[in-house]
Amino acid sequence: MSPPAPLLSLTGVRKVFPGVTALDNVDFEVASGEIHALLGENGAGKSTLIKVLTGVYKSDGGEMRLAGEVVSPKSVVDAQSAGISTVYQEVNLLPNLSVAQNLTLGREPRRFGLTDWARMNEAARNILQRFGLDIDVTKPLGHFSIAVQQLVAIARGVAQSAKILVLDEPTASLDKTEVEVLFNILRSLRGEGVGIVFVTHFLDQVYALSDRITVLRNGRKIGTFETAKLPWPKLIEHMLGYELQGTLTGNPARRAPADSEDAELSVDAACVDASVQDISLIARSGEAIGLAGLLGSGRTEVCRGLFGLDRLSSGQIRRNGRPVRFTSPQNAIAEGIALCPEDRKANGIIGELSVRENIVLALQARQGWWRPISAREQRALADQAIADFKIATPDAEKPVGLLSGGNQQKVILARWLAIKPDILLLDEPTRGIDIGAHAEILRLIRELCDSGMALIVTSSELEELVAFSHRIIVLRDFRQIAELEGDAITEDALLQAIAS
Amino acid sequence: MTYLRAIFSSLQRHRMLWPLLALAMIWAVIVVLNPAFFCFTVKDGRVLGGLVDILNRGAPIALIAIGMSLVIATGGIDLSVGAVMAIAGAVAANIISGGALPVWMIIAAGLGTGLFAGLVNGTLVAGLGVQPIVATLILLVAGRGVAQLINDGQIITFQNESFAFLGVGNILGLPTPVWLVAFLLAGLLTLTRKTALGLFIESVGANASASHYVGIPVKSVKLAVYAISGLCAALAGLVATADIQGADANNVGLWIELDAILAVVIGGASLMGGRYSLALAVISALIIQSLNTAIVLSGIPPKFNLVIKAVVIIAVLLLQSSIAQAQLASLRARLTA
Repeated sequence: MSPPAPLLSLTGVRKVFPGVTALDNVDFEVASGEIHALLGENGAGKSTLIKVLTGVYKSDGGEMRLAGEVVSPKSVVDAQSAGISTVYQEVNLLPNLSVAQNLTLGREPRRFGLTDWARMNEAARNILQRFGLDIDVTKPLGHFSIAVQQLVAIARGVAQSAKILVLDEPTASLDKTEVEVLFNILRSLRGEGVGIVFVTHFLDQVYALSDRITVLRNGRKIGTFETAKLPWPKLIEHMLGYELQGTLTGNPARRAPADSEDAELSVDAACVDASVQDISLIARSGEAIGLAGLLGSGRTEVCRGLFGLDRLSSGQIRRNGRPVRFTSPQNAIAEGIALCPEDRKANGIIGELSVRENIVLALQARQGWWRPISAREQRALADQAIADFKIATPDAEKPVGLLSGGNQQKVILARWLAIKPDILLLDEPTRGIDIGAHAEILRLIRELCDSGMALIVTSSELEELVAFSHRIIVLRDFRQIAELEGDAITEDALLQAIAS
Repeated sequence: MTYLRAIFSSLQRHRMLWPLLALAMIWAVIVVLNPAFFCFTVKDGRVLGGLVDILNRGAPIALIAIGMSLVIATGGIDLSVGAVMAIAGAVAANIISGGALPVWMIIAAGLGTGLFAGLVNGTLVAGLGVQPIVATLILLVAGRGVAQLINDGQIITFQNESFAFLGVGNILGLPTPVWLVAFLLAGLLTLTRKTALGLFIESVGANASASHYVGIPVKSVKLAVYAISGLCAALAGLVATADIQGADANNVGLWIELDAILAVVIGGASLMGGRYSLALAVISALIIQSLNTAIVLSGIPPKFNLVIKAVVIIAVLLLQSSIAQAQLASLRARLTA
């Protein structure tokens, strides 16, 4: 079959943010009547590309053509009237308006200049019929479940008779049958000649639905492939940027597996409602456990459960063999557990406060507000940390929000090491930091292990996990699907486990 | 000359500069209008003078602004302070007119009422997750009704010299309200800065989620600031009630929440939460009171009061804004170049 003329084509698109090139000369094509999956790990540039496509961002270079015509949408409305409509991951409709109003917003049927309610509701019912959705369209949207709201959002996008329909993680809140309904509709839209761009991290859905796949990594296009000709492991290689070559990376410090007797922390079949299921692991002193898996596989959720941010619905956590229950981070901290969170800006640093204050905060919180750490001790702690971790700051009084990502990460590490934890959870400790700080943090992980701490580290970078982990737990769809130990830990084996 | 410049630049980096400068300028205008304003005289063991008057009259705003500072530092707001003043005053007047209880019990009852009101606000915000502006709006609306119910809708007046001392008494020549502001400021400075409470408050205001991750009891911190604000409001209510020796549920502390919020903002605090300064809140309360006094002294018809107040306040806020600061700096660079 000869390649159909592209309905939408982007050539050489660039988007630069201060300090980072989010899109670097990306070409992207969508044909009429195709479902095109856009894939990549966090930070690969998927959302930026979509935002350029839909007029949220203005590109810094390159050209975009829709049906042969050069277009450069300046706003979402602009893009919509050109025929590109988008359904976002989070529902962005108006929960206080009725379903029918949401579906017809901006183009309500009118009579004598007033809204024709009867026709509006009729039109809405017709639209939803396609989705097999039999609900009262006069009720406010907020009245229905998130899944229904998501379907309504999709129905609205479809109803705008778009040429290009962009779906950003549309299935995140849908159950299996709802996903099936959505897929059937997308297939029939494809039959009508609509070009569909589909972003997801559920790879099985990609294989079930898409015709072609484009993979992005670090703002660059890795390639466009026909889905039928791209085996699953190959896709994962492209996404993660590794090749199966049988490389062995030895870790000298690996020990023989031991029983759970000497476990600092053991987790037995832990489940969190609507999150991770059946997680079991044993963390021992002097060992680093790697948590591997693709984006959305449940790595962060495991950390949340272990740190008391989410409550376990079943299962058991034991600390030195003693059962413990965490209802808040305070409980976990009292048991000597610390967490460097994945989203540094939202959950880690307190940007307005100084480096010194950020470093003493965890220790101070554990001591309680009525037992202040003296100004002199605070300065000593901060100066020590700045020297030990080579934190690049003119002095300890600089607001931490003004430091670079790597230095912020070091401040958070220093904060937790000040309470001398026995178990340290590091969720993506090297994401978004420069090479130099990266190496230092990896060195630190080894040092902490050697000093007898138990570490649990998540990372998207296989090389990194292989380099420092004594054991690796592989997650997919919120469940643990494999565990690698000792000499079995190689990038190859890990990749295969993730891709299996 | 370079020495002066060094002082100026270090002051400028300090957040005290603009509020202090604004206060000094308003006082300068007052001196021009009435050269004798800042003269002190001592009569019957009381120090009299314009400055004492400003301090005394500014006391209720200052008391409330101190509590409000802490609430705003957590990213919240307390609209109910005026209503809490009314309730505390009504409770005190009710007890006084009901019989001869010792004055400390009257005060304790008034403060206890304020504490309770603050805990209700705090529970709504921290426990139930109601938005602060909505949670405290409830008491803003309902509070004066409660105050009216306490005294059957009547304005209660009373004669109780020991209670009236709170409003019109003198200690070492200075009015009691001035001392109360000083004690409250010193007390809360000690409570928040000699412990880690102040750090926790700023941390919660600057990033509540990260504070939770770090193990700070975010909900308790929020509950505490609303409780403190309720106490401060009750104290202001007792002072105002003692001052006029009567409880007027409809008018005591009317709109004072807005003056108090204004004082905190003039003090350079962000309504989004984060850094706060109790001393600056008090200085800013004095700015507002001095402005009121200056407008009265100037002989401008009272109908211009609110407009002039608004203009001056906008000017003070503009001077502090980072954009205006940057423009000032570039202007200075151009002039010195």
